[in-house]
Amino acid sequence: MDQARLRTLESRCIQEEPPRCRAACPLHVDARALCGHVASGEVDKAWAVLKRHMPLPSVLARICDQPCRAACLRGEAGDPVRVGDLERAVARNPEPLTRTLPVPPRQGRVLVAGAGPSGLTAAWDLAKKGWRVTVVTTAPGPGGPLRDLPPGLLPPEVLDTEIKRLESMGVAFRLESPANPLTSVPEGFDAALVALDDPAQGMASSDAPEPDTLAIGEGLFACGEPVGDPPSWVGLMASGRKAAVSLDRFLQKVSLTAGRDREGPFETRLFTNIEGVEPLPETPMADPAGYSLDEAGAEAARCLDCQCLECVKACPYLAHFQSHPKAYARQIYNNAAIVKGHHTANILINSCMLCGLCTQLCPENFPMAETCLTARRSMVARSKMPPSAFEFALEDMAQACSDICFLARPAPGPDGPDRCDLLFFPGCQLAGSAPDRVEAAYQGLLAADGATGLMLGCCGAPAHWAGQEAMFRDHAAMLRGHWEAMGRPTVIPACPTCLDTLRLALPEAAMESLWEYWARTGLPRGGGRPLPQAAPAVLDPCSARREPGMRQGARAVLKTLGVETLELPRLTGELAFCCGYGGLAHNANPPLADETARQRAAESEADYVTYCAMCRDRLARVGKRVVHVMDLLFASPNESDPAARPDPGFSGRRENRALLRARLLRTIWKEDQAMPDTEAVVLRMSPEVAALLEQRRIMPDDVRRAVAGAESSGRRLTDPATGRRLASFKPRTVTFWVEYSPLEDGFEVFNAWCHRMEIKAVPS
Amino acid sequence: MTDGAIKGYAEADARWTCGNCGRPLKPGPVVLTYLGSEFTVELMRCTACGLVLVPEDLALGRMAEVEKLLEDK
Repeated sequence: MDQARLRTLESRCIQEEPPRCRAACPLHVDARALCGHVASGEVDKAWAVLKRHMPLPSVLARICDQPCRAACLRGEAGDPVRVGDLERAVARNPEPLTRTLPVPPRQGRVLVAGAGPSGLTAAWDLAKKGWRVTVVTTAPGPGGPLRDLPPGLLPPEVLDTEIKRLESMGVAFRLESPANPLTSVPEGFDAALVALDDPAQGMASSDAPEPDTLAIGEGLFACGEPVGDPPSWVGLMASGRKAAVSLDRFLQKVSLTAGRDREGPFETRLFTNIEGVEPLPETPMADPAGYSLDEAGAEAARCLDCQCLECVKACPYLAHFQSHPKAYARQIYNNAAIVKGHHTANILINSCMLCGLCTQLCPENFPMAETCLTARRSMVARSKMPPSAFEFALEDMAQACSDICFLARPAPGPDGPDRCDLLFFPGCQLAGSAPDRVEAAYQGLLAADGATGLMLGCCGAPAHWAGQEAMFRDHAAMLRGHWEAMGRPTVIPACPTCLDTLRLALPEAAMESLWEYWARTGLPRGGGRPLPQAAPAVLDPCSARREPGMRQGARAVLKTLGVETLELPRLTGELAFCCGYGGLAHNANPPLADETARQRAAESEADYVTYCAMCRDRLARVGKRVVHVMDLLFASPNESDPAARPDPGFSGRRENRALLRARLLRTIWKEDQAMPDTEAVVLRMSPEVAALLEQRRIMPDDVRRAVAGAESSGRRLTDPATGRRLASFKPRTVTFWVEYSPLEDGFEVFNAWCHRMEIKAVPS
Repeated sequence: MTDGAIKGYAEADARWTCGNCGRPLKPGPVVLTYLGSEFTVELMRCTACGLVLVPEDLALGRMAEVEKLLEDK
């Protein structure tokens, strides 16, 4: 990612755009922050917000005509917030003392002719920048039309205090007759400004000021032309500020026009969802003189605190890292640029589920998944991918494609060897989760069409998600080889992720999801088909979001089965969300993936029915009652409650895949196939130990090989007191340790752990 | 884990003896390596055959932390 790409990306996340009120304010006062502080009773902080952007704050806070109110989003759910009254409520409290750092004085001298709101604002801004400002006006002194305001609204002493403050900032006031019209910068000054809102002074040459800069001549500017009736005070002050910016730039000899497009009121790009926001009327004002602080607090609490966060609200991953995609894009960019030091965004990049729901929800379709996947590919290419991030998942993929699990065969029988029109691709996760259902499904498919072949193996999703482009290409080539050897059949995937991934890996293959196929051709003969007692909610997996046909197919199958279903309230169909498996998040960040599954499980009280094996198992793992459509089709009558079927875990899935292949070769292809030798070394362990090993992702096969190796070589530790033994085994990068003791018929396992660090030398 | 031998065993690890040689394990320096970095750690090992014990607490605690740090380096 280069800088330009980062900028384009960042601009697509609108969370940091100002709220409507701030964008509509000609001075861009942060009314959202003001409301937050007033609502929580923090008057000093509210004052600080006003002072940050307001010139003569104790004046403006009292007279502000709140153009923000017309833009307030609260107006679409009740009355807009009375920001002007909140400002007045704050301004009636003493202004907290703040230390202002003295500005180094500059040489340029500025004449401001006219001391109305615009002229005083310009003097304020220019003095703050260190220019030497002289304001000329006539008796009764600075203020112009501000002097005519009712004292209840603007007490004269408040105006006088602000004039004194201007003097303390170095502004000189001179009472003198106007020398109008001003057609050039008077002698003794470097620039001049005519403030037209002081009737005693403000007269410029007849030329209208240049609208973008308010220039009327070389170094000569005009501001304060009244707009609206009555004129907007904040508008006049904004005009003074605009002229001051031009003057400052003129004196600094820089462009008067560059980068000023959002200076005045503008339309923000911030989107705020107000669906479900309860309308609230404005807070009544007991005393017409103004809100009490309590009333102001209640009124401020109606502020919607406008934010976008559409993606963050839906995705626990985006919420987990406590920011939003714009900030994440920068972290990811910086992560790649680190040469020495820690790549702190690795975990951010590797925890994304790559499901793309955020992009779907984003008003600007911010491509978070694509950004993370691109970053992963770059890390792999630069050998910067942490080995532990996805290694286990890639080993799982390798196991699913190993000799003991992989199978690609045309149908048996007379049609088989010559014809393969259809290819059933159940997916390695379904094969691992529910091998008996896969067998029943294939039997059903074969009965309907004798030219249906079978491929057991992985679609390559883990390699794709892990950013392993070369591995994914090699895998796709392997799949293509088998598919072509079978005569390029139409592929029938059961798993939504397989369908999604095979479209990438085998784009030339015709494909139809199993659910659409069955919806179109009729259901196979089933098992006991116990119907759920209460209607389950359909859980669409994230990988089916772009597959409306598959979603409808699954629902059609459920309808044919006579299963009444509910729909989830929001994150369903095109807005389906991940269970925590996608993008291998479960591998790089297991706690976050579990939290995601829990959140998905909590979307409805109802049991779920899904057509994704990973969704089923991951939700079952966090205690949700959930069935796979396959369970409803093929569960045997003695399975009383398929929704309670436990997650088989990684180890269970691995063993199931191997058993399924062996079993199908025997039952379907009538090959004299020995069942896999998983019991060569008999292991016994308590359920607690089995759960511990699963959690540590230590597979029984590695435990078996550790024990077998230690027993045959004698290289092991022993505890004479208990008779327990300790074996270590390093098959690949990880070293496994197993604490066990021999039994008559095998071994009892008490504990196992692993590490990646290697023993290099043992000095004697 | 920096240079110099850091203690990577607990007293309880002394319960293990070498199954190969039948000798009790004794603490001594062991050089560990990961992703190109090396550390010397005091671990229980067999003085005869050099069989080393990496105890559970070390593997899942400090060692895992250092592995993570090195992977993100």
